Amino acid sequence: MGLKLEQVTKRFGSFTAVDDLSITIPEKEMFGFLGANGAGKTTTFRMILGLLDASKGSVTWDGKPINYSTSPIIGYLPEERGLYPKLKVKDQIVYLARLRGMHKQDALKELTYWLDRFKVPEYADKKVEELSKGNQQKIQFITAVIHKPKLLILDEPFSGLDPVNVEQLKDAVLELKQNGTTIVFSSHRMEHVEEMCEHLCIMHKGKPVVQGSLKEIKRSFDRKNLVIHADFDLDFLKNASGVKRSKQTTEGIHLQIEGEEIAERILKDIVGKGFIRKFMLEEPSLNDIFIEKVGASYE
Amino acid sequence: MNNFWVILGHTYFSKVKTKSFLITTLITLVLIIALTNMSQIIDMFTSDSKEERIAVMDQSGELFEPLQEQFKLLNEEVQLELFEGSETDGETAVKNEEFEGLLILSLNNEGLPDAAYKARSVANSTLPGQLQQSLQQIKIQVSASQIHLTQEQLGKLYEPVSFSKVALEENAKTAEELNQARGLVYVLLFVIYFAVIMYANMIAMEVATEKSSRVMEILISSVSPIQQMFAKIIGIALLSLTQMGFFLIVGYYFVKRNLESMEGGFFEFFGFGDVPVQTIVYAVVFFILGYFLYATLAAFLGSLVSRIEDVQQMITPMTMMVVAGFLIAMFGLNQPETTFITITSYIPFFTPMLMFMRVGMLTLPTWEPLLGIAILILSIVVLAIFGARVYKGGVLMYGKSSSFKDVKKALQLTKKD
Repeated sequence: MGLKLEQVTKRFGSFTAVDDLSITIPEKEMFGFLGANGAGKTTTFRMILGLLDASKGSVTWDGKPINYSTSPIIGYLPEERGLYPKLKVKDQIVYLARLRGMHKQDALKELTYWLDRFKVPEYADKKVEELSKGNQQKIQFITAVIHKPKLLILDEPFSGLDPVNVEQLKDAVLELKQNGTTIVFSSHRMEHVEEMCEHLCIMHKGKPVVQGSLKEIKRSFDRKNLVIHADFDLDFLKNASGVKRSKQTTEGIHLQIEGEEIAERILKDIVGKGFIRKFMLEEPSLNDIFIEKVGASYE
Repeated sequence: MNNFWVILGHTYFSKVKTKSFLITTLITLVLIIALTNMSQIIDMFTSDSKEERIAVMDQSGELFEPLQEQFKLLNEEVQLELFEGSETDGETAVKNEEFEGLLILSLNNEGLPDAAYKARSVANSTLPGQLQQSLQQIKIQVSASQIHLTQEQLGKLYEPVSFSKVALEENAKTAEELNQARGLVYVLLFVIYFAVIMYANMIAMEVATEKSSRVMEILISSVSPIQQMFAKIIGIALLSLTQMGFFLIVGYYFVKRNLESMEGGFFEFFGFGDVPVQTIVYAVVFFILGYFLYATLAAFLGSLVSRIEDVQQMITPMTMMVVAGFLIAMFGLNQPETTFITITSYIPFFTPMLMFMRVGMLTLPTWEPLLGIAILILSIVVLAIFGARVYKGGVLMYGKSSSFKDVKKALQLTKKD
């Protein structure tokens, strides 16, 4: 059954933060939310969690509405990290886990497992304010997953982390997914979504502009990237028919074209004009799709 | 419901263990012990100080003895001694701390006493005052004999007028009782005032801390904000009762222990000699209700600020209200029956202190305090419902502004549209 959002709309006064969003996320899947700042991702998450009531539409998990009685099966990593700065890691994780319906002993056992996994067992008795930001984030992640939620919501889980920590956290997320957790996450980093999600949704100004499985989205996006490195001037290709965008690089040119047949034609055009070191046709990246659909440059 | 207890327990135990809580409790306990043992402490310091003497230079030769007699009635501890020597010798002796002071007596041309008092400092006005009073008596006697008044005539002149106060209302407190009640009510009012401000502050800080550290979003995704708010308020209420209970028990123990040794003194003045149970019960009831009223207010005000620094600014109007209530109550202690006091005692924000003051000072028909309590409970319920809605939206709101306009914004957040 999984998570189902049906025609969800959220208005704040006259401002519409989320407009007619319908999404079905099957159980045990990983779903990615993309969108510029203010696109309505956090508002959507808050509606899924029941922190905000939808103006219209419904949010259900396994056919049942989500409310505080379901809180033990939901885990949440908010975008704005928040922990008690003066409380010891152990005390606050146990406290927050108990609020999710865990027993103290189980929480302590799980905490030991996770701290060992992140190779920081010595943090249990430290205050949160003594930890570095990256390590605070690990603690925050533990609070989101310690009670083994069925539905895990991660709002920008990898922002502000160094590459080593990103890998550690990514491994943990993938493992949770293999163990059957349904995961919804948002990210600024296209490659994370591309790498980890089967399904995704790109939001823009509250509206879902692209939605579906990653493969389908890429297939239906009727553009390909063409990279040409050659010794002669490729400038004339900019205006060739079927070329949507172009970018000059030091070694050649990057083109965005409408289809494979355009590539074929371009190849014919340039063969014989000089030495071609590279001619490569690529699937569009999620970044390309995002820029095309949202029309804003990112990062 | 389970989460309610988890939060309540967490709020209570994490606060009880904080250093600041332990230190304030300890300091207050020391103060209470010091206050209840005041007379022993004063005795301790005065008993070992050496006997004071005053040098008297009697230039008239006839004033010293009557003065000594008169002075003995006022002060037994200080000795008057006739000083034979020059004025300069006397001054030197005073400077060398042989004497507390030097009193020079003479008669003026009308034959009445004239005096000058010299001491190292005249900061202590009790002793010169007593000397002056004694001389005044002598002067009256001398003057009386000059105009040929007999002792009887003199006595008649100074006999106090007979004046007694009788309260006509049934059960009305006698003037003496009223004085006693005033002391007790004063102390309890102060406790209520102090406690309400302190614990309401604590609540607002607690909420603002959770909000500014952003842990709030995790909390309210696990527990409903309303449950969380009330668990917190009740947690701090238990904390306050723990602290107050401590103070009460320690205070009561020492008052009881020291009661015999200081009859007629400080305690009796404060009405501790015979504490009316009713007053204490009302004090506890009004303290708890006042706490809930202001704590609810503080919780939702605290939920509106994003940064801890803004808390004080946000709750200032609330603090002002408590202070206003306290000041009116102080004023009312002397005139508890004024219409102004009667009316204001039904305004919920002032009820805890004013109604308690009236109950303590006057003999009210039972319905009056009960009506006050009913109004108070009703306002707490209304404020709680309203506050809970503001709180629910407020905790999700971040921004630099922190004004009462935010109340509207917060309410809007909780609405569906």
